[in-house]
Formats: sequence, C-alpha cells, structure tokens
Amino acid sequence: MSKGILYDATLCIGCKQCEKSCAEHNGLPYDDSIAAEERQSEHKFTVVLTENDKFMRRLCMHCDQPACASVCPVGALHKTAPGPVVYDVWKCIGCRYCMVACAFSQPKYEWGSLNPRVRKCIMCPDLIKAGHQTACAEACPTGATKFGERDDLIQEANERLRQNPSNYVQHIYGLKEVGGTSVLLLSSVPFEEFGYPPEQKVGDVALPEYTGQVMSRMPDFIPLWALILGGIYWLANRQEEVTAAEASERNGGSR
Amino acid sequence: MRFKLTFWQVLFSVIMGLGVYSAYVRYFHGLGAVSNMSDQFPWGLWIGFDCLCGVMLAAGGFCITGAVYLFNIEHLHCIVRPTILTAFLGYCLFILGLLFDLGRPWFIWHQLIYMNPHSVMFEVGMCVMTYTTVLFFEFLPNVLERYHLRTPLKWVKRLMPVLVVTGILLSTLHQSSLGSLYLIMPSKLHPFWYSPALPFFFFGSAIAVGLAMIIFESTLSAKAFGRNLELPVLITLGSALLVALWVNALLRFQDYFHRGILGLIIKPSYEAYFLWLELILAFVIPIGLLSFKKIRHSPKGLYFAAVSCLLGFVTNRLNVGITGFETWAGHHFVPKWTELMITLSIISLGFLAFYFCVKYLPIYGVHVAQAQLRQPEAIPSEVPELSNVQT
Repeated sequence: MSKGILYDATLCIGCKQCEKSCAEHNGLPYDDSIAAEERQSEHKFTVVLTENDKFMRRLCMHCDQPACASVCPVGALHKTAPGPVVYDVWKCIGCRYCMVACAFSQPKYEWGSLNPRVRKCIMCPDLIKAGHQTACAEACPTGATKFGERDDLIQEANERLRQNPSNYVQHIYGLKEVGGTSVLLLSSVPFEEFGYPPEQKVGDVALPEYTGQVMSRMPDFIPLWALILGGIYWLANRQEEVTAAEASERNGGSR
Repeated sequence: MRFKLTFWQVLFSVIMGLGVYSAYVRYFHGLGAVSNMSDQFPWGLWIGFDCLCGVMLAAGGFCITGAVYLFNIEHLHCIVRPTILTAFLGYCLFILGLLFDLGRPWFIWHQLIYMNPHSVMFEVGMCVMTYTTVLFFEFLPNVLERYHLRTPLKWVKRLMPVLVVTGILLSTLHQSSLGSLYLIMPSKLHPFWYSPALPFFFFGSAIAVGLAMIIFESTLSAKAFGRNLELPVLITLGSALLVALWVNALLRFQDYFHRGILGLIIKPSYEAYFLWLELILAFVIPIGLLSFKKIRHSPKGLYFAAVSCLLGFVTNRLNVGITGFETWAGHHFVPKWTELMITLSIISLGFLAFYFCVKYLPIYGVHVAQAQLRQPEAIPSEVPELSNVQT
C-alpha cells in the first residue's frame, strides 16, 4: 500500500515546527532568519506560507507518475513503492531538466556549489522504511500534517469536506492533479493563492504521458525510417548505375 | 582590408579574453555566480541558444547529404564539404557548451551507463553523441586527403552510404526531439509556443535553417576567401528554402487554428510582441523576398533572406526556451554578461576553427587541385569528394 501525507490548512497554526524538524532530519541549517524566508530553496525543502492569517504548506507532491523521474536522462530520480520520490545524487549530471519539467517547481538547485545537487523533499524514506511517520508529520502539534495510507487519508479528507463544507474549498488537491500525488491538500482558500497551479491548468493527465506518446513510437519509427532512407539511397544510386550502363552501351560497350 | 582584418582580430581576442574569465568564474565559483539562472529559471541562455539554436544551425549537414546522396541533386555536390564542416564544428561546440551548462559535467558519461529510455533528453544525448561521430567520419576525408592517406580514405568512402543514412536518421530523431523536450510542460510554457506539434516544428525549422545557413556561410566564405560564389547552387537552395518556409508557416498556422488561439496572437501582449518579431523575421521577410525571382537570383537578395530567416528561427527557439517561461516564472530573464561571454566565445571559436580548416584542408577542393599537380595519381580525380562507392 502506498503512503501519503494529508495537509489540512484549516488546522494549521503556522508554528513552522514542520519546517524545523524537516531541516533537522535532512541536516540543513535552521534559525529565525531561515524561518522567516517565505520560499523554498536548496536549504528549505518545505515552507509554511502565510497570507491574511491563512496558512499553506509547500512541499514536493510526490506524484504517482513523476515528471522529474521520467525526464531524468540518467534516472537519478525515481518513485519508490511506498510513495517517496527519491534522488540518487551519484547518478546526477546536473542537467536540471527535472526542475524545468516539474509542474510544482519543487526541485531546487545548489547554484553556489561547485558540485551542485538537486534538493527537494524526499518524504523521509528512511523513517517510512523503519515504520515511522515523516519528520514533518511527527512534529506537527495540531495534526494539520498527517501521515498514513494514502487511501485512508483520501477517505478522511472526504469526510472532513462533508462534515464542514463551509470550512473548505470542496476539493482535495493532489487527488487527481497530474494523475494523482502522494501529498494531499485541503484548504479554505483557493490553492492558486499560494502558488499551486490550478487543477484546470495542470490537468488530470500524468505528465510523462505527454512525452510517452512520442517516445513509445520510437521503436517502430526508427527501423521504418532507416528502411525508407536506405531504400531511397539504393534507388538513387541504382539510377546512376543505369545511366552508366546506358552510356557504355552508346559507346559500344568500351567501358 | 588590412584594417578590417585587425579589427576582427582585436574583437576576437577581447571576446576570448572575457570568455576565459567567465569560464574561470563558472568552474571556480559555480553556475550561480556566472549566470542569471535560478530556481525559477533553471535553463537560461546556454540551453536556449547554445543547445536549441546550435543544433538547429548545424542542420545543414543532414539536409545537404540528403539532397546530394538520396535525391541525387548533383550540382549541390560542391557544397557538401563546407556544410559537413559547419555541422561537425557545430556539434563539437554544442558539446563544449554542454560542459559549461551541466552542473556536474564530469559525469556526462553517466548517460551511457544509467540509461533512462523514457527521457527525451537521454534520446537527444545518445543521438547527438552518435551523430557527432558520424559527422567526424564524414569530415575525415578532408584530413586523409590532405595527408595523402589513400587506404583509409577508401575505407571511409566505402562507409559513406551507411554514414549518410545513419546521419539523416539520427538528425530526424534528435532535431525533432529537441522540441519533444518541452512536451512535458503544458502548464508552464506559454500557449504561443507550447504545442503537441513541437517536434514537427523543430524538425521543420531545422530544415529551413539548415538551408539558410548554407546560403549564409557560402556567401561569407566567398567574401572571406575570395572565391567565386556558386550562384546556381545558392539559387537552388533559395528555392528550397522558400518551399521549406511555406511548409513551416502552414504548419504553424494550422496549429494555432486548431488550438483556437489565432485571436490571442493578434492581441498585443508581452509574448505577442516576441511572437510577431519571430514570425516577421522567420516568415514574412524571407518569404516576401524569395517570392520575387529577381531577388531569388541575386546573391544579395538570397543573403538577406537567409539572414532574416536565421534571426527569425533563433528568436523562435529563444522564445520556446526563455520568453515562453517568463510569465510562469514571474520575472524576465536577461543573461548575465559572463553567461553571454561564454556563448560568444563558443561562437568565435567556431569561426576560428572554420577559418583554419578551410585554410589547411581541402574543404573547397583547392588542395585537391594543388595535390594533383604535384602527385597526379595520389588523389581521386573527382574534385569535391565524399563520392559514391559504386564502381
């Protein structure tokens, strides 16, 4: 069964404990000035945004079919069975296609480093493997960030939407976006206000399918096109042979 | 004339000097210090110009080998060599550019062992690598002839049919795949440039630009080396360019029409200005010029049409790679001067390498003629080489 994270913005109090424990677990620096940075970066994998007393977390969505993993030429990113999309730094060549391809712009880069890495939330695969929750869910004092089986979380989210319809935008963000994500969001204000691309824009289609339509035809296309080109070459040069033969006939076969 | 030469030498030295400094910044202070790339703009000028435009500008190689060897357009034979040289240099410079752009260029060979067949970039990488090798072999006869190495020359010539067919196949794949790179970003790339037909646009524009580039380069090298311009050749290319431009234009129109954004295109907006610039330079001006027989038959007319076409499609690729992402990123992208200097240095290196190759190798057949005087039997008799194998 695949795991997931449900973040309910209406329960969030903006204490930023998730940010702090995320930084600690990933060995990143964290102090008041970093806490005040209202954006994600190579040293801040998750952020709690504040706008008019409303809160919203940003973190890697851990797509079921991640664009980042499908575009990586060396397969440095991949989706694991329990849910996390993880990164093998030793494979990475630094092309940054993952950053361009991600609809949520989650991968960040160590622009100042001479041996730069792609950095993003990897959903604490070590903790999950050991049977624990993610660091952010563990730290959350109000239960706004909840870790569990994705199917159970969907059920719970639907229940919350039903029980308090006036509290929520009637939408589970991540249920269908880009074909579904391991991270699910609930909010009282539209998700776009915090920089999430609206559903009608990112769509329900898993992003790798856009390239899959082309790439899957390659094994058929390559031999076909090679045959056509080779055939034309053969025909074109046969014509020369014919011309030469005709010419030699005219010259009395002396050639 | 003497002054002009000095001016170019000075300009070249200045660019190379600043380029070396920029390379130092790149490798000792990182990508963030040398460029204006950021988390919002992970791909900047080097992908937009060096890669997307560089590969397109080197497309002449497969266009002309196709025309000569597949379609037997014999009188284009005399430009096969300079065009292959341009393509070979273009791909080498593209790879050089990659070594600046990749964050961990020393792991570039990982492509060969950690393959991800789902990745368009993997496909592009493999194609570019193989095609550069093919171009190397297509270029090799120049060197072999220069040093009178007859036996290897015979081997390379025997390989020619395979090289030509493989070259065109690989070019078809990676020229179009450069467009496929962007298929996965429907929500990020502006609708003026995001289209399911991107691979077709990239392939189509590569052919148009390949032809325009040959006209451009023939005119320039005729001037620089005091050769006679092969006008009938250029006229053929100009006519082919006209057809290619019409096909490209029709494709673009059909795409906008079917996606129902023709109305959006004529409405003034930041993106629309860039689109208009692109369309005017790439289609309106060159199609307008080439449609007149008088212009199509004049070296100057052909030259201006080609230059306009080149600028237009370069704008197009920069629009796909940079302009199209500005709204999404929330800010404009202007390359840092050091970033620009790396690009300019790479271009300058290309000009320099071309100059030396033409000077010392029988690119335009000059050396063949000379060698024949000295050593009548050492060199095959047909002047522009890369000839067919059949006997």
